[in-house]
Amino acid sequence: MIEMKDVFKQYPNGVVAANGFNVRIGKGEFVYIVGPSGAGKSTFIKLIYREEKPTKGTVIVNGTTVSTLKNSKVPFLRRNIGVVFQDFKLLPTLTVYENVAFALEVIEEEPEKIRKRVMEVLQLVGLKHKARMFPDELSGGEQQRVSIARSIVNRPKVVIADEPTGNLDPETSWDIINLFEKINRTGTTIVMATHNKEIVNTNRHRVIAIDNGRIVRDEQRGEYGYES
Amino acid sequence: MKARTVRRHFRESFKSLGRNGWMTFASVSAVTVTLLMVGVFLIILFNMNKAATDMEKDVEIRVHIALNANKQDEQELKEQIESMPQVKSVQFSSKEQELQNLIKDMGDEFKLFKQDNPLYDVFIVKTKNPKDTSKVAEKISHFDHTEKVVYGEKKIKKLFRVLETARNVSLVLLIGLLFTAMFLISNTIKMNIFSRRKEIEIMRLVGATNSFIRWPFLLEGLWIGILGSVIPIAFVAVVYKVIYQYFQTHVHDHFIQILSYTPFVFQVSAIILLVGVFIGMWGSFLSVRRFLKI
Repeated sequence: MIEMKDVFKQYPNGVVAANGFNVRIGKGEFVYIVGPSGAGKSTFIKLIYREEKPTKGTVIVNGTTVSTLKNSKVPFLRRNIGVVFQDFKLLPTLTVYENVAFALEVIEEEPEKIRKRVMEVLQLVGLKHKARMFPDELSGGEQQRVSIARSIVNRPKVVIADEPTGNLDPETSWDIINLFEKINRTGTTIVMATHNKEIVNTNRHRVIAIDNGRIVRDEQRGEYGYES
Repeated sequence: MKARTVRRHFRESFKSLGRNGWMTFASVSAVTVTLLMVGVFLIILFNMNKAATDMEKDVEIRVHIALNANKQDEQELKEQIESMPQVKSVQFSSKEQELQNLIKDMGDEFKLFKQDNPLYDVFIVKTKNPKDTSKVAEKISHFDHTEKVVYGEKKIKKLFRVLETARNVSLVLLIGLLFTAMFLISNTIKMNIFSRRKEIEIMRLVGATNSFIRWPFLLEGLWIGILGSVIPIAFVAVVYKVIYQYFQTHVHDHFIQILSYTPFVFQVSAIILLVGVFIGMWGSFLSVRRFLKI
């Protein structure tokens, strides 16, 4: 599903954020990416959805060699990858429904299909009754659920999340994680960068620890392993 | 692109125009000023061109036939002139015809000369290329039975030079203005993109193609160009009408004639509109390009 071979990434300012990533993530896996701030977690994520190109090495996602993908082809890669962020990235001028539908509108889906599919995913994240509300009328957890709904509305094979619970209180965080578990059970691969020790240690999954641009640990059913 | 996507792009582009009203106004004004200059320039340029070609066509060598030449001499002279490779046509015009033309051009006072016509019979010689005029005239002047060879090349050469300088100066000014307008438009669009940065970021995340993101901005540039061309087109239509009517009623000289109102005004309007659309779309294209990874 996701494969990185000898991936190096040096930013123009000289920072080396990836110093030889070698990793394979299979279909349907649930993977935590952990590590201290600035270790290269975000770069790892960005390399997958081709926000960044590696300086050296190969990144393959869904059989597409992302690292050499032409910029003009990137949109088509993104349609198969759902992305969730710490800051939700919702459009404040659009309703919950419109925010989710937006992802289908930009890929020119049929209006009838959009309506059906959007209500389906809103049902899944439990926000069907708030479809007409605006993001600022929702709590943080609800906003994050909207952004998750948007990330899966295209039925992507991979959902990657960069600190999805970073802005949320512990209880809400659990709701979000449970939602990811639910999505994972439908066969979707989840890659989640997180600082949340409690979640990593409770919901046991594969843990990839990154430090100083290197993968320092890769365990099935691993632990968080850092003092947070 | 699907019809509803097209509709969406139109809607978005109109929204953008309203959102940054003052910047839109500034860009439209810049385009208006530029296109006004373009319009004035076009009117002058096209009419100068017409004058130049008219004059070029009028460059003829008038060979005054010596009074003592008989019909056979005339015929010989004609054949001699015609045999020159640069000559396009030789036309005989009797002194009576010449006088008629003069009366037509200068007025009835010249009818007095009918009793004692002081003019010569002439051969009107036209060259294939106006540039050869002086050479041909020089040669003809050495032929027998020619009294005088007249041509107006020097005057015309000078006029051409003046016209050309005027054209070059206005072209430079115009290009400067075009760039200014384009710069202003691209700034307006840039501000719009800036205020929609988050939206564009999300569009890119969920897999919108670059052209999908770009279209609303291109359309916005298009509207700015079209809006900016309204006043210049109206200006050209009205002002040229006035000028044209003035020439029709006050200037009888057949030598100076301006292009007729239609289709000229339509042609100029079309050019103004096209230039407006071009600078509008190109301006926005430039600014969007910097925001998209292409």
